[in-house]
This record gives sequence, structure tokens and C-alpha cells, in this order.
Amino acid sequence: MIGGLFIYNHKGEVLISRVYRDDIGREAVDAFRVNVIHARQQVRSPVSSIGRTSFFHVKRSNIWLCAVAKKNVSASLVFQFLYKMIEVMVSYFGKINEENIKNNFVLIYELLDELLDYGYPQNTDTGVLKTYITQQGVRAQTKEETTRITNQVTGQIAWRREGIKYRRNELFLDVIESVNLLMSPQGQVLSAHVSGRVRMKSYLSGMPECKFGINDKVVVDSRRGGGAGEASGGGGGKSGHIAIDDCQFHQCVKLSKFDTEHSISFIPPDGEFELMTYRTTKDISLPFRVIPLVRETGRSGMEVKVVVKSNFKPSLLAQKVEVRIPTPLNTSGVQVVCMKGRARYKASDNAIVWKIKRMGGMKELQLSAEIDMLSSTDKAKKWTRPPISMNFEVPFAPSGFKVRYLKVFESKLNYSDHDVIKWVRYIGKSGFYETRC
Amino acid sequence: VKDSMRGLAVFISDIRNCKSKEAEEKRINKELANIRSKFKGDKALDGYQKKKYVCKLLFIFLLGNDIDFGHMEAVNLLNSNKYTEKQIGYLFISVLISENNELMRLVQQNLKNDLASRNPVHVNLALECIANIGSKEMAEMFAPEIPKLLVMGDAGDTVKQSAALCLLKLFRTAPEMVPIGDWTSRVIHLLNDQHMGVVTAAVSLIEALVKRNPDDFKGCVSLSISRLARIVTSSYTDLQDYTYYFVPAPWLSVKLLRLLQNYPPPEDTTVRNRLAECLETILNKAVEPPKSKKVQHSNAKNAVLFEAISLIIHMDSDPSLLVRACSQLGQFLSNRETNLRYLALESMCLLATSEFSHDAVKRHQETVVTALKSERDVSVRQRAVDLLYAMCDRSNAEEIVGEMLTYLETADYSIRGELVLKIAILAEKYASDYTWYVDTILNLIRLAGDFVSEEVWYRVIQIVINREDVQAYAAKTVFEALEAPACHENMVKVGGYILGEFGNLIAGDARSSPSTQFQLLHGKFHLCSPPTRALLLSAYIKLVNLFPEIREDIIAVLESDANLRNSNVEIQQRASEYLSLARNSTQDVLATVLEEMPPFPERESSILAQLRKKKPAVEDAIRARGEKQQQRPASGAADGAAASAAPTAATPTSGGGGGVKLQGDIAGAESNTDSDLLGLDFGGSAPAAAAGGGGAGGGSVDLLSSILDVGVSSSSSSSAAPSAASGASAQRKTVVVGAGASGSIVGEENWHKFVCKNSGVLYENDILQVGVKCDYQQSSGRIVVYYGNKTPAPLAQFASVINLPDSSLTNQLGIQVKPVGDRVGASEQVNEVITVDCMAEFSACPLLNIRFVYSGVAQSITLKLPLTINKFMQSSEMDSATFFQHWKQLSQPEQECQKIFQAKFPMDAETTKTKILGFGFSLLSNIDSNPANFVGAGIVQTKSGNIGSLFRLEPNQQAQMYRLTVHSIKPGVSKRLCELLETQI
Repeated sequence: MIGGLFIYNHKGEVLISRVYRDDIGREAVDAFRVNVIHARQQVRSPVSSIGRTSFFHVKRSNIWLCAVAKKNVSASLVFQFLYKMIEVMVSYFGKINEENIKNNFVLIYELLDELLDYGYPQNTDTGVLKTYITQQGVRAQTKEETTRITNQVTGQIAWRREGIKYRRNELFLDVIESVNLLMSPQGQVLSAHVSGRVRMKSYLSGMPECKFGINDKVVVDSRRGGGAGEASGGGGGKSGHIAIDDCQFHQCVKLSKFDTEHSISFIPPDGEFELMTYRTTKDISLPFRVIPLVRETGRSGMEVKVVVKSNFKPSLLAQKVEVRIPTPLNTSGVQVVCMKGRARYKASDNAIVWKIKRMGGMKELQLSAEIDMLSSTDKAKKWTRPPISMNFEVPFAPSGFKVRYLKVFESKLNYSDHDVIKWVRYIGKSGFYETRC
Repeated sequence: VKDSMRGLAVFISDIRNCKSKEAEEKRINKELANIRSKFKGDKALDGYQKKKYVCKLLFIFLLGNDIDFGHMEAVNLLNSNKYTEKQIGYLFISVLISENNELMRLVQQNLKNDLASRNPVHVNLALECIANIGSKEMAEMFAPEIPKLLVMGDAGDTVKQSAALCLLKLFRTAPEMVPIGDWTSRVIHLLNDQHMGVVTAAVSLIEALVKRNPDDFKGCVSLSISRLARIVTSSYTDLQDYTYYFVPAPWLSVKLLRLLQNYPPPEDTTVRNRLAECLETILNKAVEPPKSKKVQHSNAKNAVLFEAISLIIHMDSDPSLLVRACSQLGQFLSNRETNLRYLALESMCLLATSEFSHDAVKRHQETVVTALKSERDVSVRQRAVDLLYAMCDRSNAEEIVGEMLTYLETADYSIRGELVLKIAILAEKYASDYTWYVDTILNLIRLAGDFVSEEVWYRVIQIVINREDVQAYAAKTVFEALEAPACHENMVKVGGYILGEFGNLIAGDARSSPSTQFQLLHGKFHLCSPPTRALLLSAYIKLVNLFPEIREDIIAVLESDANLRNSNVEIQQRASEYLSLARNSTQDVLATVLEEMPPFPERESSILAQLRKKKPAVEDAIRARGEKQQQRPASGAADGAAASAAPTAATPTSGGGGGVKLQGDIAGAESNTDSDLLGLDFGGSAPAAAAGGGGAGGGSVDLLSSILDVGVSSSSSSSAAPSAASGASAQRKTVVVGAGASGSIVGEENWHKFVCKNSGVLYENDILQVGVKCDYQQSSGRIVVYYGNKTPAPLAQFASVINLPDSSLTNQLGIQVKPVGDRVGASEQVNEVITVDCMAEFSACPLLNIRFVYSGVAQSITLKLPLTINKFMQSSEMDSATFFQHWKQLSQPEQECQKIFQAKFPMDAETTKTKILGFGFSLLSNIDSNPANFVGAGIVQTKSGNIGSLFRLEPNQQAQMYRLTVHSIKPGVSKRLCELLETQI
């Protein structure tokens, strides 16, 4: 279990230090600073083992969060916890930076006391935490209130308190996917996968029970008794259902029901939460295709031509499109011409960055650049062309993921499924979207 | 104003202000792109811009980034006439351009130009760059040039200074490139230079050169002494720039003093007196009140002082100086500065080894002991231990060992191991009373059992076994030590071994009755590791022999599943073998098999070797000094020789000055080539071996078979146990090649008798008689060696080894030995058969080394085996015509050997005849015109061919002289035959 938790600034100064177990000594703080933050070589592994102690770290802007464990703990548990903790902190005081952490250190210690007990993760749900850890100073709590909090925290449904009332019952569903791709210069897909999240914001009264239906193959197949598959949507899935490789649910989802009936049913926490995460690798509709053309003109020059094709319905509009073309390390000058958007040579990143604000479906754009190079004295070092990478946002789920239904049942209060206002949104983002050149 | 390079300052401050590594990287990338575009650009850059960008590149490189361009621009900067531009160019080149870069040629050209420049500043820059690159190629190119600059009359001081340092650097890289020429003598005269900087640089260079060939630079001794005298006597106001906190030229003084340490004390008395005066002045100055309270002042002063003291120690000739140095160091022992205390202890350690100052050092014993107790710094404490070790001699050994033992209780873990070894060595070396020794070592094990290495407890056992007088005391003491509720495993080992051997000596006391002894040992059994348990099992079986009354108890222990079915093979095997031995054998068999361990052969204390391994530096220093003193004709040599002639490391040698004797011992131990731990290993496995083969030294693998054999024949065990004994004898009866010069050769005069005869007594003393009988046929022979024991006691561990002193003998002779048993009973005679095949002619003589133990003392005798080339010679008859024909054929200068010598015996013709016939030649009459002359022939028969030889001996009665001429096919043979025959007549 987690023995201690430290937060450092970019210089390696300790901002927060909380030790949960006796097996972690003071020297652990320094060990991490010396061996990781100030290490001669940049440490890339998120887990470092120093003197039989494991250090798990994540970095947010310039802040290092580090969990320390002497025991053999599950690394994924620790990282899950660290990310959760970041989420909690963000929801309490916004962006994580040195100043915010310094200003809120009392709060952070309070949170840390609550999040971990003797190194075991406890309730990490923001909504629940906010009910009893507040920034408004100490509120004199009545006896009932304390019992209510105790009951709720120790009860069966720790993530939702009772007696929530809304005038308008509303819920929002976001399907956010990030596409990862590695493509050969000839256009062959070397690897591709989509990792998606379903985020939900619920403003529902009482203790509603929800049922969530998606076009997952397993779920659809198990229901396949009567009707055939529906026609496909914008994504391009052929049969209308997708194969999910693995998925993970929020703790509110009743897993036993999922296992037996393949139905996702749950009592949602109040407010925002992540209902499920999933990953698919098959039948991904790639929103963009990059066609690079690189020609070296002698030792001191290079010509690059890049064509970007959008590959989705013309009615849809991609946003924040950015193509990043790496340049050789001995570039001395670049001339760029592009049809649309703005392209610039960014010396600090050693790349040509081409930004296109909006781009419709089924379009084709082109950029050409001439690169001058300074001949290097060291001939042995050849430039290994790094891949061209892309960033974008599209309004559909590239995996073909579809929400089939979301039903709400509340037996005690008098509102039905039809009274609830539901919003569904699909967002496809780029992960590592790279094409070799 | 333009030289301030604002762009560079801005860039550096940008980098400094970067919040994260990533930001820094971005800024650098941007700058690099900017510089690239500037360098690539069509517009020509002026010198200032080039300098600025090269500077930025240098800065980026020093931040840890790769730079792969800009070299050309840097080289261009070298052509500039501006100092700053040139300087930056050279800087970039010495930092960034690798040795095998193709631009190096250009750079070298530039360097050459600058070296030839009239401007001394440019020459200096070039010299600096050459030194900074300091590659082999540079040495090749410039090493011959630079000496010229060094001795050039009109060169400036700074140039000379840089040239000296540059040459030093090149000399360190490639000494062979630096030529030796007439400049060497002129370099020495730089010591007289007006400019102190030049002198300082020159001294560094000379010191390096002196190490290569000291004789060329002998002249520097007197020069540096006079220079030193001038510095030492000058007041601090004289040297202005070279005075550092009121100390005149401390660095130069230190360097001069160090340079002088490369040479022995000067022979010229005036020079020597001058040096003594200098050293005295330095010592005097140390006593003066300090001129400043600043730490720099005292540091500089002490640096000179310490170097002076090490020079005094190095010269080791002036007692008064040594004693003064010692008392000065004594004052430092109680100084507040930790560094001073450390240095003082370290230097004193060396002083303690000098005969003049040993007593002076001993006077500080109390201070050193206090230092040991109260010092806070562990490294200083360690030096204190070293010093105590070095100053220890017979007079203060008990006290020092006592102090060390007390300190051991509180000592740091890091030095405990070494401390334990030192205590063990001192206790052993200076023990006058062996009960004290046993007490000390047992105390040692009690206090720091974990740090007591195997060697230490092996050694105590060896000594107890070899010294009868302490055995009872040792048994009593270990018994008492084992009674403590908790004792270290090493203590259990020693206890087990000693009680197993000598438990009977204390069995009379009711408090230590046999069963109590056994219970005590067995009480520790379950706490011990398997090796110790195995040792305890051996001890138990020995107890069975000593005390038949507790046999049943021990059988019960051996029988228990914990032992008989132990997963450890060694324990299991011992348990089952000992069990059957205890059950089935008669008391006689037990008594034979489990006899008391025979004494160990005397050998170098392996603890010493262990310590040397641990601390090579200090020991080497002490030893080096020991050797040096041995070379001196004074008392040191005599003592050293005495110590090395009798390498009795275990029994203390007596008499002699303490310090010198210590070195003698170490040196003596060095000369003993046989410094492995064989004897100790022997000691370690001894209980098992004792049970198996009466000390045959075989491994426990052979144990079973030998026990079975013992059971059947119950005779002297090792000879009756073929497998065990042959294993053991194969180990011991080998023919050893190489310089096995262990001990001097005895019985030389007897050996000469054997040149002409084949049987007789080769050697005889009070204990042993060695007789030899040999017969030879053609190229092979059989030598039977008879060993007769003249004493009423048996000779134990008897072994003989044939040493071939010359490795070529292995090819020339084939020797096979049929071994004797390892024991020669009282008044018994055993014989050993050696068969010899002569493969080729030979001249060296094999040695026969006999070792045995008589009444507890190991003996070693080395004899020359009477095996000479003439033994393989057959006489041959021939008529005068044939003789002269052969004589002429073999008359080439190398085939002929002629000697004219004084007769060694009365010149009787008949005796001479017998001797010649016995030698192997035939006697041919009627060949020589003079009938008094002897003429003869013989053929030496070897496996590789026959060698014909002819001789002629012309006696001259008046002068009592002989002229002997031998002709032979092979040159070596005629020479050897001539030598051999010469000794006989």
C-alpha cells in the first residue's frame, strides 16, 4: 500500500509531504529528488525503484506528484489513485501549479487525510468529498448532519447522498474518443487504436436507477433474438455494432448485472463523473490521411510536400487541425507555402507547424516547404526522420461507438424517463496520430 | 564596448530564467536555428559576430547539448589578429574538436604559425591550446619544437612558463615523443631563473622528467637546494607576488622538496649541510608564532613543513632532524585541525619505521592512544591504529594490544576487520607468553567475532597444536569462554577444535568433566551454521576417542535424524561415517584413526598476507623502507638477514631493535615464496583428515574408503589405504619445476664423491641419514634413496619432493618417483626409488627436498641429487688412429674445452686412473707420446642420441697442475664434463 505521498515543484523543492506508514523515512523525499528530478539523465519511467522503495510519479505542468511504497503494490492502482487525486484537486482549486498548491496546502493535507487511510485509498469521489471538505471554513455541523455524512460514507452507495432535488431533471452524456495511429509512408496502417471515455453529468432527483445501452457487439449479440442490426451511422461501422476490446466502469455500475445480462445499470453520482472507459482496435474510421513526399536535394537542401485528406461526411467540420512536420536538426532556413491555414517554421521545436482552424469532410489540402540545411561536420550522424504528427477534433466517434439508449427509473419520486432531458455529444480527438515519412 | 557581446549575455540570462528543462531546450533550439541561419546566410560575418556565435555554441555545448557545426568558423577565428577572437577560437577548438577531426590539420597549421609568431601573447595561446588538446598527435608534432622555446634566450617569462607546462602535459601523454637532447641540462638552469613563475613551472616539468631518467638531471639537486635556501631564508616581503599569506613561495618550496625526494641525500657535504640548514629553518619557522590568524597562512606553512618532514623521512640519515620532525608532529597530534592530526599520524607512521626516530615516536604512545579514544573523525582514528601498529615492539606490545582490544569494543564497523587482523598479528609476533596470546585471541573472538576472519582462528589453533605448553591452558580457557551464555560461532569453532584435541587435559577437573565438555559443545550445536556443525561432529568423534565413557551420548547425537538425515551432504556424510566408526571399531582403531593432530609445518603467518591484501599501500610503504634499510651495511642488514634466514613467523624471534626487526620479518616473509594458504586449508579440514588418514590431507571424499581400509588392516593408515593415500601422495610427491630454492642446499661435499662412484651416504645429521645407491644402464638409471631415522621417535609427515632448479631440465630428464610412506618409524629405514631417463644432455642438477616433522618441529632439508651427465657415459675403446681421427673431427673451438687447474688431491697416477674409470671414460694406452698423460673416450647415451667424447689429461708434477682437454660433439657436454672431472682430481 502507498506509504507516503510527496508533491515537488520543478526545482525539486518539497511542497507537500505526507507519510502514511512508518516504513517510509524522511530520506525517501530526498531519494526521489536526487535520483529522479535532478537525475543527470532524464528519467522517463514513471516508476523508479530506489533502494528497495518504489516511487510512482506523474507530472502536471511543473509539479511532480510522487507516491512512495515499500511494499509490492499494484502500480496501476497507485497511478489510478494519483490521477484521481489530480482530478479532486482540480475540482477544488483549478489548475495545478505551484502557486495554487502553496495557497491551498491546508486543504490538500485535509484531502490527503481523507483520500488515503494508512495508505489504502478511500473515497475519491469529488462530489461526496465536497459535502464534508469545504473551502468555506469550518461549518458547525448539526448532529443529524454528521450522522448523515457518516451513514453515507460508510453506506452501500457511498457516491450519492439521499434527498437530492432538482426542478429540471437533466443529464448530459459525452463520448470522448482519442484516436492513435501509426501509418507507413505508403499509407499502410501499422497500428491503430481508439481509447474512449463516456463522461456523464447528471442532475437527477432522488435515487434514480439508470440503464445504459450501447452498440457493443457482445451486448447486441445477446439481444439479437428478434431484430437485426440497425443501419450504420456516420462513423462507417458496417454492421452497426462495434467490438470493444476492454472496458472499465465507474464503481456505481452493477457489475453482477453486466456479467449476467450484459446490461449497464447504475445509480449515478450527482454531478460529473466518468461512467466508463473502453478501447477498440478494429474497424476504426480514420478521420484524416496524411500523404508525405520528401525529397532530398543534395546535402544542403530538402523539399517536403504534405497532402492532408479528410475522410468523413462533408457535412461535418473538423476543428483545431494542426500538422507538425519535423525538420532536420541542422536546418538553417525554411520557406513554406500552403493552400489553407497558417504554416510556420518553429525553430524552438525543430518543426514546421501548420494550423488549420476548420476543415470540412472529404477535402484535400496541400503544403510544400523547402528546407535549407547547414552541412554538418559530423557525417556519422544521420537524421532519422521522425514521423509527421497531427492534432484535430472531430464531432463523431471514430470507433463507431453509439449510445443506443439511456433510461432513467425513479420509483419513489414522480418523474419518468420521458421527463428527463438528455443530451448526447460525440467528440473524436487525436492521440498520437502519426505518419512516417 | 563592442567586445562585451550583449547577445551572449542576453542568451545566457534567458537560459538562466527558464523554468523547466523543456523551456530551456526550446530556447536552445531557437538559438541554434538562428546561428545556423547566420552561418548559412550569404552575408559575410565580421570577426565580432563570429566570435559571439562561437561563444554561444560553446556555452550550449557546455550545457550538455551536441554541437555539430561551427567548427569551421572557430578555425577562421584563429586567423584573426585580435586577442579575444583568437582566444575564443582556441577555446572552442580545445573543448570541441576531437582528435581525429579533419579540421585538425588546419588547426595544426595555425598553431605552427602562432608558435613562430613574434607576439608572445599569440605564442602563449598556441601553447595553451596544444596542452589542452594534449593528444598523441600533438605530442608527435610539437614535442620537438617546444623545448626550443623553453631554452630560447630571448623568450619572455610567460612563454617559458607556458612552454614548460605544455611540455609537461605532452610528456604525460606520450613520454616517448619528448626528445632527450642538449636542452635537458639547460632546463635545469631554469631553476635559477629570475622569474618565480618560470621556476615553479620548470620544477613541475623537471620532476616528471626525473622520473624517467634520474641520472640526466642529477645536477638539479644542488640547484634546487640553493633555490630552496634562498626562498627559506628570504623574508616574506622579498618575494612580493609570490608570497602567500606571509609564507614565501609555498608552492615552489613544496615542489622543490618533492623533487629532492627523487634522489638520495646529496653526497657532497657542503650541499648536504646546506639542505640540512634549509630543513632546520623550516622546522624553526614552524615553531615561530604565526604571522596571521588566517587559516590560509597556517595551511601554507604546514604544507611546506609536511613536505620537509617527508623529505627528512626519505633521506633518513640525520637523527637530530628526524627526532625534531617527530616532536613537531607530536605537537600536531593535539592540534585543533583534524587534517593536521591526520597528516601528523600518517607521517609518524613512516617515522616509526626509521631506526633513528622509532624511540622518539614511541614517546607519543599515550597521545596516540588518547587520540584513538577521543577522536571524532574515523579516518584519524584509523591512522592512529596504523601508527600504534607501526610503533609496536616487544617492550610495549602488551600495552598496545590491550589498548587496541579496548578500542575494538567501540570501534567503527568499517575498521574492525583490519583492527582484528592487526591485533592478531601483534599478539602473535610479540608474544613472549603464549597464555597471553591465547587470552588475547579468545578475547578478540569474544569482542568482534564477526570480524575475525578464518585465518585468525586457524592460526590460533596451529599455534596451540604446535606448542605443547599452552594446550592445557588453551583447553581450560576455551572451556570457560564457551560457558558464556552467548558466544560467537568462531569461538565455538575454536572451542570444538581444541576440546576435541585436548579435552583430556582438563578432564581431571570436576567442573569440566567429559560429559560437561560434551554438553557444553552440544549446547551450541543447533545455533551454528553447517560448516561449524560439521566441525563439531569431528570434535565429537574425537571426544569418543578421548573419553570412551561418553561414547553412548555421542552415538545418540550422531544417530539423530537431524544429523544422519541432514540435507547438508557434508554433515550427513560425517554423521554416518563417524557413527559407524564409533560403533564398530575397537579402541585401538579409534586411537590410531583419531590420533592427536600432528604439528603444523611452520610457515609465514597468513594473517600478515591477509593484512597486506587489505592495506597494500601502508604495508608496501613500510616494507619498502624495510628493504631499503636492509641494503644499508649497518645493523639493519644483519637483523634483516637473520630474520629472513629463519622465517619463523610463528615463534617470535628475539633481540634486535624493534622497528628494524619488524621490517626484517616482513621482508623475510616476502622471501618465502610459498605464501599460499595451503597450510591453513590443511588446518581447516584437519579434523576430517585426521579421522580418515592420520593427517593424510585427503579430502573427506576419500574418507569412507580409508576408514574401511583402516577397519580391515588397522595398520599405519595412509600407506594401507590405497585410494586415499594415492590421492594424497599424488598431491605431495610431484616433481616440482622451477626455482624451488627453499632453504640452502646441504651436503655439497658428499655430493662430489658421487661423481665417480655410485653408492654411499649422501647426507647425515642427528636425525636422519640419507643413503644413495644407483645403477645406470645406457640412457636410464635407477636411484634408490634410503632414509634412515636415527632417533627413537617417528618422523611424521615425511615427504620428499624433487625440485628441478632449471625448467629446461623437464625436457632433459624424465624422472619418476616411487614414493615412500609419510612416516618413518623410530630407527626405521625406508627407501624411495627414483627412475631417471636421460632425454638429452643436461648440466643442472636436480634437488631433493625432504620435509618432515620431528618432535613438533618441522624440518626441511634440500640435497643435490647425485645425478650428473657422466653417469650416462659408457667407456669406449679405440686404437690410436681412430682416436686421433675423432680428436681432429671434434676440434672446433666450441666443441673443445680446456682447463688448466691446481690439483685438488695428491697426484697419484693409480687413484686418478680409478677415478677416471669411475667417471665413465675408458683409459687408452699407447696413444699419447707422453706415457704420464691420460687419454680416453666415452659415449654419453641419451634418448635423443649418443654423444661421443674424448679427453686428454696432462699432469705436471712440478707445478702440481693438470691440463685437461675434453672434446665432445656437443659444446655443453664438453664443458660440463670438464667441470665435473676438474672437481675430482
